[in-house]
Amino acid sequence: MTIATTLDRPLIGVPAELARGRGGGGPAPKRIVVAYGFWIFILSDIIMFSALFAAYAVLSGNTAGGPTGAELFNLRNVFIETMCLLLSSYTCGIGVLSAERGRPTLFLVFAIFTFALGAAFLFIEVTEFAGMVAKGAGPSRSAFLSSFFTLVGTHGVHVASGLVALVYLVAQVIVHGLRPAVLRRLLCWSLFWHALDIVWVGVFTLVYLMGGHL
Amino acid sequence: MSNPERVFDDRTPGVEEHEPTASYLSYTVGLGLAIVATIASFIVAQTNLLWPPGIPVGLIVLALAQIGVHLVFFLHLGSGSDSTNNILALAFGVLVVFLVIAGSIWIIANLNTNMPMSMQ
Repeated sequence: MTIATTLDRPLIGVPAELARGRGGGGPAPKRIVVAYGFWIFILSDIIMFSALFAAYAVLSGNTAGGPTGAELFNLRNVFIETMCLLLSSYTCGIGVLSAERGRPTLFLVFAIFTFALGAAFLFIEVTEFAGMVAKGAGPSRSAFLSSFFTLVGTHGVHVASGLVALVYLVAQVIVHGLRPAVLRRLLCWSLFWHALDIVWVGVFTLVYLMGGHL
Repeated sequence: MSNPERVFDDRTPGVEEHEPTASYLSYTVGLGLAIVATIASFIVAQTNLLWPPGIPVGLIVLALAQIGVHLVFFLHLGSGSDSTNNILALAFGVLVVFLVIAGSIWIIANLNTNMPMSMQ
């Protein structure tokens, strides 16, 4: 066991490949440092979302005589959106794992699935937004709708930018192959994509499911 | 997991470590748990399976459970030594998120109670 080997040795003798960024063995591997830095970015992004969640929670009752969430939301569509994003998160994880194990073809197949599911999510969301605006329930109708469009729209913009980044990364894999630098970018991208799914869990719970109960 | 032939030579710090932390199985288990939590959320919200005044609490619990599943099975935040720094950062993030959301709701609820708007 590697753990036992580490404990048997004094800290100074920890091999570099077991370094974890806390002294023994020197700096942690680049992969861990890069993922940590990107994790900090993701947390800051989630903190930005928390402000939008707070705004929605505070304003969701202020409909100014306009339509309420219970009248506007179609939970069947939201369920399909949720499943699209969840499956896309799964294929993203499987795809990046395939890339780390040196299987570029498998990665490309799962990247296509990931892109298709993410695009399906965005399509349903944009259709929903367009339908609401057509019904006169656009972002300028009430404070509730302003905060709704800001929160859900910001998430949608993140998903759209994630799709653009995925195309860029697939191009890198095709041109450069699975070099360590490309693999690190893929790892960061998968962290981003999983984090978007976590934010979506908050969105469908707070906005869509609790809309009729608050 | 453990490879008896692994050689602990003095490699340059910062070199790549080719040891994927995840497996296809852990992703699939995570997907199954997340789907169960999602379906449970939608059922709880649309039926009276739960005592109706308890539905928001039930939904929050299910959401937190699903976020936990995502963190462990998709983002691989575990008890391993690789995760320690990430979990500390996450703990700080959760603290800030809690302060922003709970603080906003608390303050605005107070304002709404103490400064009622005139009903035109």
